[in-house]
Amino acid sequence: MSTTLDPTPQEVSTSPAAAKDRAWWWWLPYAGIGLIVLYCLSPFYWMLVSSLRRTNDIFADSPVPTPFSIENYTAAFADNNGFLRALLNSFLVAGITTVLVLLIGTLTAYALARLDFRGKNVVLGIVMITSMFPTISLLVPLLELFSSIGWINTYQAMIVPSMSFALPLAVWNLTTFFRQMPTELEEAAQIDGCTPAQAFRKVILPLAAPGVFTTAIITFIAAWNEFIIALSVVNEKGLKTAPVIISQFTGEYGRDTPFGAQMAAGVIVTIPLVILVLLFQRRIVAGLTAGGVK
Amino acid sequence: MSTTTEAPPTPSPPPPRQSRRAGAGRLAAALVTPTMLVLALVVAYPVLAAFRLAFYQKKDGIDPETGLLEQGETFVGLENFTDMLVGDAGDRFRNALFNTTSFTVVAVSIEVVLGVLMALVMHRAFKGRALVRAAILVPWAVPTAIAGLLWRWIFQADGVVNKVLDLETPILWTTDGFQAWVAVVIADTWKTAPFIGLLVLAGLQVISNEVYEAAKLDGASPWKTFWAITLPLVKPTLLVAVLFRILDTLRMFDLPFTLIGPGKDATDTITVIAYEEAVKFGKYGPASAYSVFLFLYVAVVAFVFVKLLGADVLGTRAGKKGR
Repeated sequence: MSTTLDPTPQEVSTSPAAAKDRAWWWWLPYAGIGLIVLYCLSPFYWMLVSSLRRTNDIFADSPVPTPFSIENYTAAFADNNGFLRALLNSFLVAGITTVLVLLIGTLTAYALARLDFRGKNVVLGIVMITSMFPTISLLVPLLELFSSIGWINTYQAMIVPSMSFALPLAVWNLTTFFRQMPTELEEAAQIDGCTPAQAFRKVILPLAAPGVFTTAIITFIAAWNEFIIALSVVNEKGLKTAPVIISQFTGEYGRDTPFGAQMAAGVIVTIPLVILVLLFQRRIVAGLTAGGVK
Repeated sequence: MSTTTEAPPTPSPPPPRQSRRAGAGRLAAALVTPTMLVLALVVAYPVLAAFRLAFYQKKDGIDPETGLLEQGETFVGLENFTDMLVGDAGDRFRNALFNTTSFTVVAVSIEVVLGVLMALVMHRAFKGRALVRAAILVPWAVPTAIAGLLWRWIFQADGVVNKVLDLETPILWTTDGFQAWVAVVIADTWKTAPFIGLLVLAGLQVISNEVYEAAKLDGASPWKTFWAITLPLVKPTLLVAVLFRILDTLRMFDLPFTLIGPGKDATDTITVIAYEEAVKFGKYGPASAYSVFLFLYVAVVAFVFVKLLGADVLGTRAGKKGR
């Protein structure tokens, strides 16, 4: 541990003051790490613990649920909630959005990263600017349009507006990935007689698969977490997405909020994302920071 | 802005290059067009339509000739805007504008300070980095609407926060009032400070160690090193992160909506009241006026950030230097 913190041991011997200074706070970063982990995980842990209590001791404050119970999970999946159907809806909406956006976005990102053409910065600027627009500014007119063309309570009414944030996100991420690949790849392909289109299809795309995959995860999570669009364009229970349905769970006795069932459903909606994050954390971090750090 | 800056440093002979460039141009047009079309449909068209809608109101009178309810919409000029600023809806709108702004200023400030602290800690610690990176992504991955419900549960009158605080009279966090505002700020900070930490950490990692060693040789204190070296060098990253967080907080909806609920003076944001006008009351005119205002507000803030503070959003400057 000390070797990693002090890369120059001779310096320590020449300046004992600095060594002493370092000695008393060497543990601070580790305490800090502990604090950060605690900060990030404790609310989530509370959701997990609360979801595993019995409905009757939902207000208990023991750090571990005693006794364990899956009552809340059964309650979340009770027929009157329509939660299972909502999960399927979420999957459809987020999945189709992700596929569409990747199909279109990969092509554009390749052009932006690798081809030399007029107006490239304008396109980049448009992609960046559109991602900054407040969703509500797009949503109000779309809502009016959708009610006049009969799209209220349809999947496409959720998918099409979701592309407004998912497409710029995907194009931006993919452009960064394509930029990181060595230009020699296409040059070699072109020397071998490939056209730019062939170079893209046969050389670049297979090698960019990890970047495309990471972008798919990030886009899927963004679409899965979308709330205001799904809340606004759908009012039929069978078409609502999971976050919307969970926020509208009603208790057995009218007005009381069924927190236990909400926490259980919240865990179910979040766990797939947390598993994705744990499995692909390195890549996700690389993808997320690519947008901010160039 | 000119495309020539993107050209490779070694110029190739003109004739083949031009033809290749023309071919690349055609290919690029074909590749870029689908994205531009989709963005025109789902972004450009709605924004323009919102500007138009903001000058109209739904007819709600009775036609004097037929005695039936009037259909369609009428042009009302600036009425939606004057209503919003000084008229009937003025109080509600100004309140929402204040909430939107105060959430943004306070939450983003706290998040930046916490995020930078987290990044510094993560940069120092070599052990446990994988653990902390996984942990830091959890708040980011939790859907914001679910995070709102989670914090609503934590902030219940007989919830865990009040138990920990152990006051004589429990605080009613989720009803209304200043405490509800605080609850939203706390929830937002939890969700996004780690994300800022992640971005700043990436910025820290590209600073070469030699700079720090030079500072150490010159006898700079850690405090001085932070202000004179670390902060200026992560500034470009930080500016972009802050800009994105500000724009994101200006359109805040999910947290106030699920944590506190709509129709609360302390936490209604512009997006919340625009949503209520449009979805609950079907008044697209006033709702559009709110959202057009928010759109312009966001545009002005982004402009100030890019022009005055020099936030390098497109990464063109860094790209020229770095690669």
